[in-house]
Amino acid sequence: MNRETAINTVLVAGLAAVPLIASAFDDPFIVTLATRIVIFALAGVGLNLALGYGGLVSFGHAAFFGLGGYAAGILASHALNYEPLATWPFEISGTTQMLVIWPIAMVVSAFAALVIGALSLRTSGVYFIMITLAFAQMIFFFAISWPAYGGEDGLSIYVRNQFPGMNTLDPTSFFLLACAILALALLFSSRLSASRFGLALKGARQNDQRLASVGIGPFRVRLTAFVISGMITGLAGALFADLNRFVSPSMLSWQTSGEIMVFVILGGVGRLFGPVAGAALFIILEHSVGPISEHWQFLLGILLLAVVLFARGGVIGVLAGGARHG
Amino acid sequence: MAEPVLAIEGLSKRFGAVIACDDVNLDLREGEIHALIGPNGAGKSTLIKQIAGEIASDAGTVHFAGVDISALDAVARARAGLARTFQVSSLAPEFSALQNVMLAVQSGAGGTFRFLGRALSDPALTEPAMAALSRAGLAERARMTASDLSHGERRQLEIAIALAMRPKAFLLDEPMAGMGPEGSKTLTGFLDGLREEAPILLVEHDMDAVFALADRVSVLVYGKVIATGGIDEIRADPQVREAYLGEEGP
Ligand SMILES: Nc1ncnc2c1ncn2[C@@H]1O[C@H](COP(=O)(O)OP(=O)(O)OP(=O)(O)O)[C@@H](O)[C@H]1O
Ligand SMILES: [Mg+2]
Repeated sequence: MNRETAINTVLVAGLAAVPLIASAFDDPFIVTLATRIVIFALAGVGLNLALGYGGLVSFGHAAFFGLGGYAAGILASHALNYEPLATWPFEISGTTQMLVIWPIAMVVSAFAALVIGALSLRTSGVYFIMITLAFAQMIFFFAISWPAYGGEDGLSIYVRNQFPGMNTLDPTSFFLLACAILALALLFSSRLSASRFGLALKGARQNDQRLASVGIGPFRVRLTAFVISGMITGLAGALFADLNRFVSPSMLSWQTSGEIMVFVILGGVGRLFGPVAGAALFIILEHSVGPISEHWQFLLGILLLAVVLFARGGVIGVLAGGARHG
Repeated sequence: MAEPVLAIEGLSKRFGAVIACDDVNLDLREGEIHALIGPNGAGKSTLIKQIAGEIASDAGTVHFAGVDISALDAVARARAGLARTFQVSSLAPEFSALQNVMLAVQSGAGGTFRFLGRALSDPALTEPAMAALSRAGLAERARMTASDLSHGERRQLEIAIALAMRPKAFLLDEPMAGMGPEGSKTLTGFLDGLREEAPILLVEHDMDAVFALADRVSVLVYGKVIATGGIDEIRADPQVREAYLGEEGP
C-alpha cells in the first residue's frame, strides 16, 4: 500500500468513525457537520474531474450545485403543496422521493453543463474562468429575481425527502446515505481516471495539439468531462438541499464556486481523495477557528497560499509525497 | 501511373505581409520518400501544418487517399491516416513514453468515450504501443516520464507515436533535428525501410539524410516550390544552387 492509499484509508476510517464519535460525545451536530463535509466533498469530486483531470478551471460550479439544489427544492415543494409542476400536455407532479429527485437534479445540471461547456470550452485560461463565472452569475441573478420559488429568500423544504426503507430525518441515516453516494462517486472517479476516457482527458490537459494530431478531438473530450463533472456537483447540490431542508440563491453564488474550488485545491488537484481532504479541512477550520475568531478566512487564505506556492499536490500531495501520476 | 497518396494543388497561406506558402503543388506517391528542403523561414513547417489541417489555407486543395480532405480539421485528417511529427517535440509531458503512444493506439482502436475499463493495463493498447516504441528504439524507456527523456529520445517518441497510428502517409517535420550524428544515422536507416509501409513527406535540413533517402526532392524558397525532381536533378539545378545549396556548397 503506498502512502496516498494509506492517507485515503485514514480519511475513510475517519468518516466511518463519525457516528461513533457523535454518540460518544452525545452531540448529533457532529454528524450534521460531517454530512456537510461529505456533500461538499462530493461537489469537489465533481469539480476535480474537470479541474484535476482535465485542467478546466471552472469558476462556475456553483451553477450546478445550485441547480441540483433547486431541482430538489422545487420538486419537493410542489409535492408538499400538492401543486402539479405542469398540467399540459399531461400532468407532472412534484416528488419527495430522492431516487426520482437525484436523476432529475443530475439531468438538469448535465444540461446546464452542456450549454455552458459548449460555449465556454471554446476559450481557455482566464477567459474560461471568467465565462464560467459569468454563466453562474446569470443563473444566480435569475434565481434571485424569480419570486415563484422564494427569490432572494430561498425555498424551504418542510420535510426531508424520502429514501426507501430509511428514515432520512435521522442524522446518522442521512449521513450514511451521503457517504454511500460519495463512495460511489469516488469509485467512478477513480475508474474514469484510469480509463481510456481518462487517458484522453489528461492528454488534452497536457497538450491538446498532440491529442488532435493523433486523431482525438480535445473539445468533445473536455465537454464530456465538463458535463459529467456538472452532474456530480449537481447531485451534491440536491443532497445539500435536503441536508439543510432549504435552498437559497447563495448556493449559486460565486463564493460557493470559490469554495468548491478551494476544496479541490486544498486537498490536492487531480488527487482522487483531494476533495475529501479539502472539504474536511475547510469545514473543520470553519467550525474550530470560526467561533474563536471571525478571521478564520484569513487563516484559510494563508493555508491556500501555502498550498499554491509550495505544495501543488495539496494536503494529500504533502502527506503522500511525490508527484501525481499521469 | 497510380494516383498519388497525397496531392496538393495551389496551396497558399499568408501571414500579414509574409507569404509563407505561395501556390504550392506537390504530391506524395506510394512507396516514396519525398524530401522538402529549403532555407529557414521558407515555409516548410507552414506547409506541413496546412496539410495536417492545423492552419487553414487561403487557397488550394489537399487530396488524400483519393478524397478531398481540404474541408476536414486536423483531427479528421489524422483519423483519415495522416500522421505528423513536430519540428519541436510536442508530447504529453506528464505521461510516460508508453502512455503517449497509447493515446495514438487508442485513437485507432476507439473507446475514447469508455469511462470504466482500465486502459493503463489493457493489452489492446499497451501491446501495439510497446511494439511501436520498440521499433523506434525506445522500448527500455517505456515507463519513463516524457519530460524526463533526453532530447533525442523525445524525437524518437514522436516517431513512435506516428508509427502507432498506422498511417497511410507520414509528414515528418525535421525528425533528425538535434539527434546527433549517431541518432541521425540510425533514424536514416529506419526511415529507409519505413517508406514501404507508407510514403513519407520529409522536411529535413540534414543534407546527408536527404541525399541518402529521398526518391524526390522539392525545394521551397519564400513559400514557392522552385524545383522538384530526383537528387541529381536538384543538385544540378542552377536556381537551387543559387537559392539554397549554394549557401553550404555541394
Ligand atoms: N503563425 C504565424 N504567424 C505569423 N507568421 C508566421 C506564422 N508561422 C510562420 N510564420 C512565418 O512564415 C514563414 C515560414 O515559416 P515556417 O515556420 O513555415 O518556416 P520553415 O521553413 O519551417 O523554417 P525552419 O526551417 O526554420 O523551420 C516565416 O517567415 C515565419 O516567420
Ligand atoms: Mg520549420
